[in-house]
Amino acid sequence: MTMLKHLWLAVIAALIAAPAMAQETPGLDDKINQAFADFTGPFVSFIFAPFPGTSFPWIVGWLVVAATVFTLYFAFVQLRFFGHAISLVKGDYSDPNDAGEVSHFQALATALSGTVGLGNIAGVAVAVGIGGPGATFWMIVAGLLGMASKFTECTLGVKYRNEYEDGTVSGGPMYYMSKGFDELGLPGGKILAVLFSIFCILGALGGGNMFQANQAHAQIAGITGDYPGWITGVVFAIIVFLVIVGGLKSIARVTEKVVPFMGVLYVAAALVIIIMNADQIGWAFGQIFAGAFTGLGVAGGMVGALIQGFRRAAFSNEAGVGSAAIAHSAVRTKEPITEGFVSLLEPFIDTVVICTMTALVIIITQQLIVDPETGNYMLNEAGNAIATVDGNSGVSLTSAAFGSAFSWFPYVLAIAVVLFAFSTMISWSYYGLKAWTYLFGEGHAKELVFKVIFCIFVVIGAAANLGPVIDFSDAAIFAMAVVNVFALYFLMKVVREELASYASRLKSGEIRKFEH
Amino acid sequence: MTTKIVIGLDGTETGERAIVFAKDLAGRIGTCELLVVYVIEWSPFTFQTPEENALRHKRREEEIELATNRIVTPAVEALTADGYTVQGIVRHGDVAETLNAITVENGGSQIIVGRASADGFKKRLFGSSTQNLVMHADVPVTVVN
Repeated sequence: MTMLKHLWLAVIAALIAAPAMAQETPGLDDKINQAFADFTGPFVSFIFAPFPGTSFPWIVGWLVVAATVFTLYFAFVQLRFFGHAISLVKGDYSDPNDAGEVSHFQALATALSGTVGLGNIAGVAVAVGIGGPGATFWMIVAGLLGMASKFTECTLGVKYRNEYEDGTVSGGPMYYMSKGFDELGLPGGKILAVLFSIFCILGALGGGNMFQANQAHAQIAGITGDYPGWITGVVFAIIVFLVIVGGLKSIARVTEKVVPFMGVLYVAAALVIIIMNADQIGWAFGQIFAGAFTGLGVAGGMVGALIQGFRRAAFSNEAGVGSAAIAHSAVRTKEPITEGFVSLLEPFIDTVVICTMTALVIIITQQLIVDPETGNYMLNEAGNAIATVDGNSGVSLTSAAFGSAFSWFPYVLAIAVVLFAFSTMISWSYYGLKAWTYLFGEGHAKELVFKVIFCIFVVIGAAANLGPVIDFSDAAIFAMAVVNVFALYFLMKVVREELASYASRLKSGEIRKFEH
Repeated sequence: MTTKIVIGLDGTETGERAIVFAKDLAGRIGTCELLVVYVIEWSPFTFQTPEENALRHKRREEEIELATNRIVTPAVEALTADGYTVQGIVRHGDVAETLNAITVENGGSQIIVGRASADGFKKRLFGSSTQNLVMHADVPVTVVN
């Protein structure tokens, strides 16, 4: 008995000490990092490899080309149906007899809470900090084009989802790959679906989990002072566990309500700062346009601005990645294409509105240092980014820009980052779960295994400084896009038929508004 | 043309009083049809997690079944047994708006509801469903105390 007690104490002591030891002995951490980097390195390098002779990552080109193809193929659907999309979200076309089902607004809000986050705050600061104000222009262009990618994938997500007898639904790229390819008599749909699911699970554990936990810890530590990351990790893991395993809806509900509020507060604060500097708006847009085509002295010139803008827009709005198609599949609509219309608002809100606000605030508060003689931006000492007032970059650049107008804003921003990270985790736990159940089948025990793994990765993500793991998880999210976009090229004609049919019925008055 | 009277139930005893009043009124009018309605409070503009969305259809069916079995069907059966022509409807939505919409759709000539008991804060902020109904309905509304 005493032996057992001793053993227990030893185990508990080891568990408590393990994370601390991992931090105190960098040798072990380094070894793990190195082994992981060696193992995943080729995959990461492949995904982020530049086109030969340039610094332009091919994966960014892949997403932008896809967005352009879909924009042309659907004849600028994002402009033609923008107003209609807003009508749908307002519920103008919702049948009162369907009240109580997931509304278009709810599907949009859920998908947005999965994408709005660090990309809008930190990613934009990186884009503008390296690519200059001109990056904003290319970011907006990429956001506008990305609307067509979202439209395509979300329409297919609803069209080919699975509906089960108990009334629940499962949908997403894996379902349109297998069912859509079968319907068109194309081979290989199942293989694509399995590949996508594997990347989706890795992306969910990495970019949708570890990266978020890591950044949330960095924000909290930035305010409270440094402390071991595993503490944040364990707290986060317990909360995530309570929500996704314990079914504790109250926490999720609070987050889902606070996150949109934070988003609105963020945009409102940005607008106030922009209005306070109203005389500079013309100048700021001048910088954005001039920078877009000349670079205004940034590293890589115009191309440098373009790469940064495109890259950060793609990182932020996830158009073409396939994640939104999973989120939108829950809507029970008679017309799958209506969900496509609604989803095209996401890149608009995420990139064209929120990202642009961040960029404008950074530019207008003059965080970037201009050489008074040439009017060009000055580079930092390393020569790889624009020199900033306090040498800030990433989240701290955004924080400093907002803080220059409202001294208390950095605290609000830190809370916002933590909440955004949490809501992104909840969303990705679901995306990962759907990929998991696609591979291993639905069932309580199987789902529990994934959920527990997910929670363990929260702790790992917050505790360790695993650079290669985070690189790998980002790469996994973009690998989803490789498989997804490939499938979309084959399935886009299905969407075109749906679009033609819907457009003609809308015109003839067969599809009409309901009186509410 | 028969007169259609809509009775809005809320699952409490005030609904019972509304039924008693409607029966009395129907007896006075003569040929009369009764429409028993229960509205499940719901808004399309709330925020939900992906998992809640995926389960939503199932939950909706459960909510409708529960409301039908516990509230509407017993009322319809009791009224039918008393010799009235009755129809029952359960729908999701904003209580006041939906009750009015159902009345207009079915050509109802008036609505009878019990005095609702909304909780303090919400009532102060938005007014109770009954207040909203009285102010915005397209037909006369009788509120039974």
